[in-house]
Amino acid sequence: MIAIVDHEAGNLYSVKRAFLHLGVEAAITSDTGIIQSADRIVIPGVGRAGTVMESLRRKGLVQVLRRCFKEGKTMLGICIGIQIVFERSEEDQASCLGLVPGEVKRFRADEVQGLKVPQMGWNEVKPVRPHPLFEGIEGHAYVYFVNSYYPVPASRETVLGETDYGVTFASAVACGRLVATQFHLEKSGPIGLRMLKNFCEWGE
Amino acid sequence: MSLLTRRIIPCLDVRDGCVTKGVRFKGNVEVGDPVEFGRKYYEEGADELVFYDITASNEKRDIMIDVVRRVAAEIFIPFSVGGGLRTLEDMRDVLLAGAEKVSIDSGAVRDPKLISEGSKAFGRQCVVLSMQVERTDRQELPSGYEVVIDGGRVHTGMDALEWSRRGRDLGAGELCVNSIDRDGTCQGFELELTRLIAEKVDIPVIASGGGATVEHLVEAFTQGKADAAILASVLHYGSTSIPELKEQLVQRGIPIRPSPLG
Repeated sequence: MIAIVDHEAGNLYSVKRAFLHLGVEAAITSDTGIIQSADRIVIPGVGRAGTVMESLRRKGLVQVLRRCFKEGKTMLGICIGIQIVFERSEEDQASCLGLVPGEVKRFRADEVQGLKVPQMGWNEVKPVRPHPLFEGIEGHAYVYFVNSYYPVPASRETVLGETDYGVTFASAVACGRLVATQFHLEKSGPIGLRMLKNFCEWGE
Repeated sequence: MSLLTRRIIPCLDVRDGCVTKGVRFKGNVEVGDPVEFGRKYYEEGADELVFYDITASNEKRDIMIDVVRRVAAEIFIPFSVGGGLRTLEDMRDVLLAGAEKVSIDSGAVRDPKLISEGSKAFGRQCVVLSMQVERTDRQELPSGYEVVIDGGRVHTGMDALEWSRRGRDLGAGELCVNSIDRDGTCQGFELELTRLIAEKVDIPVIASGGGATVEHLVEAFTQGKADAAILASVLHYGSTSIPELKEQLVQRGIPIRPSPLG
């Protein structure tokens, strides 16, 4: 069973519907017991870093997620879920989970040179190294983004894929059994569904 | 041009649970089942899907919520729903049924707080300010375009550019600008209008009304400076298809996400 972490933000149901479509059992929950015993954990959603971290703290999930990561549980972060796995975010000056070394920055006007912020629409993720997440993905992989902030990993080794939006940023990262994407896998058409399926089958 | 691909967005007008289409908002005829249309456009490579509930009576809103739920179970691209949304509760209902975005129109003109409250409750990216616009010679409307509400029946005396700016300031994440003069005519988008707004307001602009050919789309994305374009009649009646249009747009050098069927 996959536990979709309920942090009370964004559209958690769209991720659940995508798993349902793939025939994978998934539950939206903030129950620490269910999350710790789940086969895989997903941190999804749209939201603000500060608000989401506050919600995780209140529910006692910060320590739980850190422990799950340390124990090598298979985890996936999507959108705000990639941002809060880093140490801190410029958004709300939030102190985050710190599972992956690095931080999250806002697109600066001088970086994006007239491009609109948030980035909203389909852009390309270019894999920088092979990973089970990209299994079966060939050619140009266009995926759906909605973001004003972007991850800046401290180590190049954690970068899986990059995207160009005035600035080239890490749109997919991996660290141990954690993988995370800035784009919405559940809204990225057949390519997104394939990556979600790859996540479900990763290491089986 | 932004690095993002230009979006092709099929739009379905849904009345009493059926897809319908008219010309200049009149004479709507039923053209099919919204779930089947939604699935087909998703599979063909639509970049997003829009549903407008044009059901006249409020009592039948449950039918629409059910349609939204059934469509959301089958499509894995952004999905926005509009038509008759008047309160925060209306917005919440369609979002909980599976929409990503809400499209507000006449409701926002009557109560602009709907934009700010919606954006605060659900996030700016979630709120699309949609407007029906008609050409006008009235001096007091400097853009030359007037906002019209209630399905093209009530003229507001509001300037389209002014309303776009205000909508953005109130928290709208995107603007969908629908030309009444072009709606359903297949004569091409109102380029002057989309360009005017796209140049002056720094949120994505969706061109709507009159698009039928690959040429119209190229114009909308270049001269019209639109980030996305809505198509309806031509797709519903099958005179062209998303894969066909996308292939030609790629050849014309427009940044496009290729159709999975391409």
